[in-house]
Amino acid sequence: MYKYIIRRILVFIPMLFALTIIVFGLAQLAPGDALSGKSLADPNVDPEIYEQQREALGLNDPIYVQYWNWISSAAQGDFGNSLIFNGRSVMELIEARFANTLYLGLFSLAITIIVAIPIGIYSARKPYSMLDYGATGFGFLGLAIPNFFFGLIAIYVFSINLGWFPSQGTLSSPGVSGFDAFTDRIHHMVLPGITLGLAGTATYMRYMRSEVLDVLGSDYIRTAKAKGMSERNVLYKHTLRNALIPIITLMGFEIGVLLSGAVITEQVFQYPGLGTLFLSSVMNRDFPVVMAIALILGILILIGNLIADILYSIVDPRIRYD
Amino acid sequence: MTGNPLLEVTGLKTYFYLEDNLVARAVDGVDFTINEGETLAIVGESGSGKSITSLSIMQLVNRPGKIIEGTISLEDDDLLKKSSKQMTKIRGNEIAMIFQEPMTALNPVYTIGNQIIETIKKHKNLSKPAARERAIELLKLVGFPRAKEVMDEYPHQLSGGMRQRAMIAMAISCDPKLLIADEPSTALDVTIQAQVLDLLMEMKERLNMSILLITHDLGVVAEYADRVLVMYGGQIVEETEVESIFEDTKHPYTIGLLNSLPSLDKDVERLGAIKGSVPPAHSFPKGCRFADRCPHAMDQCRESNPELLSIAPNHKVRCYLYEQGGRSNGNRTRTTSKTKI
Ligand SMILES: Nc1ncnc2c1ncn2[C@@H]1O[C@H](COP(=O)(O)OP(=O)(O)OP(=O)(O)O)[C@@H](O)[C@H]1O
Ligand code: SF4
Ligand SMILES: [Mg+2]
Repeated sequence: MYKYIIRRILVFIPMLFALTIIVFGLAQLAPGDALSGKSLADPNVDPEIYEQQREALGLNDPIYVQYWNWISSAAQGDFGNSLIFNGRSVMELIEARFANTLYLGLFSLAITIIVAIPIGIYSARKPYSMLDYGATGFGFLGLAIPNFFFGLIAIYVFSINLGWFPSQGTLSSPGVSGFDAFTDRIHHMVLPGITLGLAGTATYMRYMRSEVLDVLGSDYIRTAKAKGMSERNVLYKHTLRNALIPIITLMGFEIGVLLSGAVITEQVFQYPGLGTLFLSSVMNRDFPVVMAIALILGILILIGNLIADILYSIVDPRIRYD
Repeated sequence: MTGNPLLEVTGLKTYFYLEDNLVARAVDGVDFTINEGETLAIVGESGSGKSITSLSIMQLVNRPGKIIEGTISLEDDDLLKKSSKQMTKIRGNEIAMIFQEPMTALNPVYTIGNQIIETIKKHKNLSKPAARERAIELLKLVGFPRAKEVMDEYPHQLSGGMRQRAMIAMAISCDPKLLIADEPSTALDVTIQAQVLDLLMEMKERLNMSILLITHDLGVVAEYADRVLVMYGGQIVEETEVESIFEDTKHPYTIGLLNSLPSLDKDVERLGAIKGSVPPAHSFPKGCRFADRCPHAMDQCRESNPELLSIAPNHKVRCYLYEQGGRSNGNRTRTTSKTKI
């Protein structure tokens, strides 16, 4: 199995390379550059000056030179300087927000798993019960309501009317520290976390229900019952592990879904994460930042898939390692 | 060669409640007895209710199926009166079962050893190492020379025949009194089939079990069974000892089944299967359920369903041809039979 994992990691490298080309290529394909936005905004500045700046920033070099410059410094963790934020380094801009987004994503994933899997199992054991119908209804709503809309409603109800949760930010005041800071952070993540996890919760619930139903009808479950295994054993030993196999694969993709969802959700809650930074950088054509974030998100998605593959190979002995 | 009654089934009805208020009478009034040390076969075409009969004994019929009537007594103990918790002490312990599909009958994510050990630990008061020892012995018994390694292998690493051997090891792990084998060899290669059935019989002798052998292969019946039930449309249509099913066949359906067997002394592969097909269990005809396919059907047959009656010691038939007042005609009795096995 270790061989299998190592091979998966080796496959990871060319994929990473392809990812950098895609990210770089897309940035090149986008119309305009960091300076064309400004020249439109301010027609009084002599175009000659922009041309000089382009030269200085290397924007006039041949594409492969630009790519090489970018990738070689990116490999050392240097994504250049932001073109907008007074030339602060991209890494510095991203670092602070990366953790925020990671926490939000993990928090939301945790909510999804804690809610969706038990409800999915229950729905499958008692199909057509009240709770099953309720879960089905919630599932449809969860998938149908766009993130931003649910987020706005959540803010309106739980922040403005009830005042239970803060509507924006990550901390109430910069002064808190220690355990207080931890609970304060969680408190701030509740609404955006639920909003972000809504669609995923609905999806996993449905998946879990149909997987468990499938497995419960399988021959080996009948065998387990015919051996005299108790209902608990049949459910938790024989059913659950098999039902979770496809769910784990799905989780690998879920990281990508979460991250793209975070772009919108963070905006709604003014949550200082990668998503809000990404949106504003796109608006400002701050390409070094956009490329760095796109690359980081891409890497996270690849890592998610890698983790899913490894977990999958642990849970399912039928995976062939050779 | 057979002893006291072990399992007695009387008036068993298992119905499936389908959509549109349809009721599939999968098992519709079945009575039979299995004696100690006996191999009782159930034969019949697909859909005749063989599997549902056996699953009813285990109380493993899934929704929308339900046992609605009858008694199932194991040594005079009515199983249908037991709670579901009490039934888990019967299953795998007093009555064990193996199934047709060895490919899917074992859980793919646990090792063979794990699955046998959990059965032993459930029913026997043994420590884990002792249960493991026993599992290895069982695997040796069913013909795994490298039993120790097989313990740590997963089902997908074994061939179909080997999986069925592992299933048998698991089934006999707690010395059941009755082993139900639902087409245990049908899904296997022809060359493996006999090996698996021979193994079952060897285990039966060794452990002094009774076997309920479900099959649609009359060749298997001839070789392995002591007595046979012929099922059609959820009911028993003929019940007798294995010799007389071939030499003194009574029911037109059984005759049809025998005629559809490939014959050794004829060039033709098949003398011809029974025409038509089994009526669906939700719309049996009012009279005899075989009437639409029976070459001897009479008016009376379409009016009402005949009873299962004794026509000789140890021979019961459900057919008006053999009821008093019905036409009795020796020609209908198949007197010679050579079956390829
Ligand atoms: N899940 C189900 N839903 C509805 N009807 C069912 C179901 N399972 C069985 N039946 C009904 O019960 C009848 C008998 O089925 P059973 O599985 O006992 O047949 P069988 O004799 O074992 O056939 P086979 O040789 O194909 O295994 C079927 O014809 C069908 O009408
Ligand atoms: S009762 Fe009539 S229809 Fe039914 S098997 Fe006998 S002869 Fe045929
Ligand atoms: Mg069957």
